[in-house]
Amino acid sequence: MERSSVTHKTGFWEVTKSLLSGLRLTWRHFRNADKRRAPVPVMDADYFKQPEGLVTLTYPYEAIPVPENGRYRLHNEIDDCIVCDLCAKICPVNCITIESVKATEEIGMTSDGTKKRLYAPIFDIDMAKCCFCGLCTTVCPTDCLTMTPVYDFAEVDIKNMIYHFTDLTPEQAEEKKQLLAKQQEEMAAAKAAALAARKQQ
Amino acid sequence: MLAFALTLLLLLGIVIVLAYAERKVAAFMQDRMGPTEAGPYGSLQSVLDVVKLLQKEDIVPAAADKKLFKLAPILIFAAVFAGFAVIPFTPDLIPAGIGIGVFYLLAIISLDVVGLLMAGWGSNNKYAMLGAMRSVAQIVSYEIPAGLAILSVVMVCQSLDFQEISYQQGILLNRFPGLEFETNWLFGIEALGINTTNIGGITTWNIFRAPILLVAFVIYFIASLAESNRAPFDIPEAESELVAGFHVEYSGFRFAILFLAEYSMMVLVSLVAVILFLGSWNTPLPNLTALKFANWTTGTVGELSGILWGGFWLLSKTFVLLFLQLQIRWTYPRLRVDQLMHLCWKVLTPIALGIVLLAGIWRLLMV
Ligand code: SF4
Ligand code: SF4
Repeated sequence: MERSSVTHKTGFWEVTKSLLSGLRLTWRHFRNADKRRAPVPVMDADYFKQPEGLVTLTYPYEAIPVPENGRYRLHNEIDDCIVCDLCAKICPVNCITIESVKATEEIGMTSDGTKKRLYAPIFDIDMAKCCFCGLCTTVCPTDCLTMTPVYDFAEVDIKNMIYHFTDLTPEQAEEKKQLLAKQQEEMAAAKAAALAARKQQ
Repeated sequence: MLAFALTLLLLLGIVIVLAYAERKVAAFMQDRMGPTEAGPYGSLQSVLDVVKLLQKEDIVPAAADKKLFKLAPILIFAAVFAGFAVIPFTPDLIPAGIGIGVFYLLAIISLDVVGLLMAGWGSNNKYAMLGAMRSVAQIVSYEIPAGLAILSVVMVCQSLDFQEISYQQGILLNRFPGLEFETNWLFGIEALGINTTNIGGITTWNIFRAPILLVAFVIYFIASLAESNRAPFDIPEAESELVAGFHVEYSGFRFAILFLAEYSMMVLVSLVAVILFLGSWNTPLPNLTALKFANWTTGTVGELSGILWGGFWLLSKTFVLLFLQLQIRWTYPRLRVDQLMHLCWKVLTPIALGIVLLAGIWRLLMV
């Protein structure tokens, strides 16, 4: 149908027809209200082929799945972390805080076979500062720092945006520090003794 | 007193349903979902809205004209509610069966305008005042085509009594005292020779008894949209542009009353349209030789079946019109003020005048 703007000279029937076609349009949408848009991810072939029905998703109950390589909340599998500090160094906004304590002996192995020699009394990531660049996950040698598909983690108190990943309680951390200090003392004493012995020769 | 309480209850029920329907229908037409959380499918939403409004503080602005400000919502609602007094709900149920119901209704609804001005002026706020002026200008203007359309019905029916007009539009015609020997002819023209007195149904509705009333119905419907400040004539409270019209300063209970009055007005104008044009509480199904649809769906007057059928048809027709009002709201863009006045004074009023003349001529053919 040829479309033209309605002026005061447009005929009565033309105007009536256009009024009715407007009503038909809303009626059609009303009739299609029993159909719903399916919560399919953007990769799905049907994503752009759902022209009819309600478009709303009731969010907390339904959500469009996020792509697997999407960058959302970070998670550190602390058991696999060798506390190499690489992530903290690469982070452009300095939102990762790591404090490391050398272990007195070997702690164990990560799941990919790397030896763990450091404790991390503090491993904090401030998600409020994080810009989700994903650099930290690429440099992580043991792949323990990963992006999860969780994006809904708003908090009332901004302090809660700092995620603590350490597996040590403050007491344990203190204990480890003391152990290390003791070991170093012993080693220093042993060294001094050895030095003294060599001098006497 | 009983009639008062019952009508008020019925009205509150309808308004609650309507407020919910409005949100749902609006949502569906825009491919949204509308309320979903409160109750199943959000059906308790409007009840909760009312509860919320009742809890809110009733703020009276310091600079307001306190007496007018406080009185206005009550006056507005009372004016609309008083209109329901003459509405026949079933063949023998009418809150107040007075002989000049139509006249009374037109008069009492006009009181609404006074309440609007009181609210606008009493708020002592320039925007409220402007909103009130617009509302009033619009309502007063559109009362003229609406009144003329109603007048043409009154001329065809020769009665100002809503109940008599109702009886005339169905198979119960001869049951009304004073109409025992009347007959309904198809299109009201005896020369056609088709007696529809016992066929009833849609053939005896006013828009069929005198097809010229179909035009009057359209005019009345358009004017009634404007009178209840509904889109596309909702300039006084254009939601997308303004916060509100004359009732910006109101809150809490008084706002709830204004809201109620607005929705009651919608219901009332639709009820009047149904009664005057669309066969009132009469069934739309005609008697077809052996299949006595009309008789089956009318019930017996004075018994429960008559009341139930009458109420059912009246309310379902009203809801169809209300739905149409909602649909129109979500279909058509708002008119400008000058277009609004143009439509009223230069289009609807002249046509309505012509209809009155034609209705008179039609009435001459009918006798
Ligand atoms: S994603 Fe980027 S900004 Fe966030 S913690 Fe990792 S390196 Fe820092
Ligand atoms: S880069 Fe990986 S292994 Fe190294 S400290 Fe960060 S999370 Fe731990």
